[in-house]
Amino acid sequence: MSKPIAPQTSHPSGKPFLRLEAVCKTFRRGGSETEVLRDISLDIAEREFVSIIGHSGCGKSTMLNLVAGLTQVTTGAVLLENREVNEPGPERAVVFQNHSLLPWLTVYDNVRIAVDKVFGRTKSRAERDAWTLHNLDLVQMTHAKDKRPSEISGGMKQRVGIARALAMEPKVLLMDEPFGALDALTRAHLQETVMQIHARLGNTVIMITHDVDEAVLLSDRIVMMTNGPSARVGEVLDVPLTRPRNRLELVADAEYIRAREAVLKFLYERHRYVEAA
Amino acid sequence: MNAPLSINAAPPRPVLVETAASRPPAAAAQPAPAPATAKQTVVPLPAPQRYRPSRAVAIAYDVAAAVVPPLVVLALMLLVWQLATSGPDATLPSPLKIWADSSDLITQPFFVNGPQDIGLGWRVLTSLERVAYGFGLAAIAGIVLGAFVGQSVWAMRGLDPIFQVLRTVPPLAWLPISLAAFRDSGPSAVFVIFITAVWPVIINTAVGIRNIPQDYRNVAEVLRLNPIEYFWRIMIPSAAPYIFTGLRIGIGLSWLAIVAAEMLTGGVGIGFFIWDAWNSSRLSDIVVALIYIGVVGFVLDRLVALVGRIATRGTASA
Ligand SMILES: Nc1ncnc2c1ncn2[C@@H]1O[C@H](COP(=O)(O)OP(=O)(O)OP(=O)(O)O)[C@@H](O)[C@H]1O
Ligand SMILES: [Mg+2]
Repeated sequence: MSKPIAPQTSHPSGKPFLRLEAVCKTFRRGGSETEVLRDISLDIAEREFVSIIGHSGCGKSTMLNLVAGLTQVTTGAVLLENREVNEPGPERAVVFQNHSLLPWLTVYDNVRIAVDKVFGRTKSRAERDAWTLHNLDLVQMTHAKDKRPSEISGGMKQRVGIARALAMEPKVLLMDEPFGALDALTRAHLQETVMQIHARLGNTVIMITHDVDEAVLLSDRIVMMTNGPSARVGEVLDVPLTRPRNRLELVADAEYIRAREAVLKFLYERHRYVEAA
Repeated sequence: MNAPLSINAAPPRPVLVETAASRPPAAAAQPAPAPATAKQTVVPLPAPQRYRPSRAVAIAYDVAAAVVPPLVVLALMLLVWQLATSGPDATLPSPLKIWADSSDLITQPFFVNGPQDIGLGWRVLTSLERVAYGFGLAAIAGIVLGAFVGQSVWAMRGLDPIFQVLRTVPPLAWLPISLAAFRDSGPSAVFVIFITAVWPVIINTAVGIRNIPQDYRNVAEVLRLNPIEYFWRIMIPSAAPYIFTGLRIGIGLSWLAIVAAEMLTGGVGIGFFIWDAWNSSRLSDIVVALIYIGVVGFVLDRLVALVGRIATRGTASA
């Protein structure tokens, strides 16, 4: 069920959509070098939901930034639909770890700025307005559209961040611990929202998480990273649970329990977190 | 006064020129809370019906608490001043003498008796126009230059030490150079104001730009904002609190420079009025003009602070 990773064909369709080819990342500062990622190879299919899990500091955010184009690979390549990724762009929208809303804009304008930028040429003003509202509606935030980020809760900010990313109609949605800073209830609620949106729009999603249950509940595959420095992909776990998934029913599901156990074993037995690694 | 900060030790928040008067009066005006000891009594007695002031009374109380203390202090100062200068060989005029000499200047700011004999209100307006030009230019140039300097590590390293030296040059010292360069008093005066006010705007803007969080830069990159969009939609709003701190220090400095700027320009400005009054030994007039300058400077400072507060609404916290 969990197998050691070589570059492998991806889960639902088999067609390589997003591909990381022998990616290495080394940070240089002054004279010193830190190798953060070593030889990462991974294929992700269209519409697939992939989670990346690993201990803090192993290089998950770095990996996401490489796909986003915010950081450049040292060697290897990131390919989206066979084209090399080397700069950021709205077709790879990011939901940032700490929401990153612009505090001087209202909720509406935070989404609208993305809509205007991506669809400024192709949609009329009225269409862009409607599209902005539609995406706020997807995350149930229409009621607060005229509020500023400082006036809404953490969970709401994260929703707006998701709406902003979705509004760009990205080919790949990248989420860096989107629910990391939220309490358990809000978190569960947003997980449902994300599952519904994924079912409805069929986005390709890469999500970083620290939470084993979250990873198993949401993903088609879970990518487990070894500890840094020079982190590699340790294992890739298929989660063959049918969708839609219901968290209450899954609690007793044998497949779910097995998947959960596999991730826990990987994280806490074989690749235990080493303090100050 | 010169709060403009060293760029190298970029502070997390803009440095404000905190004067005693800039603290909100409400802090001093709060009705005294019930003494704490009342809560610590062991035997709970039925609390006597406390007097609850209505809203109007509360506001009146607040206003009185803000206005009365300065008035009392002012009265005391005038009294001391009067006592100190009422001797036969006093070198400075006493308040009563000032009133006798210059009451027309105090009571009628807007009289016109001839081309050179006009009320201090008119003179202040002339000077304000000059400051508007000088400070306006300083604001625009300062923000643009500051944005440039803040963007580039090398520009910062090269220019910051020079700015830090130049900003300490007093306005009066710029005057001869300015006159030599422009050969005309009008532009020279504006230049002196400009060059006095521009440094804190540059330095604070640069610090603000440097402190734009990486998150906002990432958002801009993912959205592929072009440089102009980035300037207007990310840089300016994000650095706005810093920029307004710079502008506030700048307006104070440009008003400080007015006397130096007008010393040789002549005309009808308030700065020249002081210079002129000194030359004809009208000490009482000088004292009145000083008070005008002080009050106008205070209002200008408050005005920029107010505009800043409105413009940066919501940006303070994310
Ligand atoms: N710009 C950089 N320069 C130098 N080193 C960096 C840089 N960015 C990240 N690193 C290093 O790379 C390693 C991985 O960082 P990264 O942020 O990717 O970890 P992470 O897995 O996302 O951790 P967390 O779960 O805590 O968010 C860390 O040791 C970090 O110090
Ligand atoms: Mg991270």
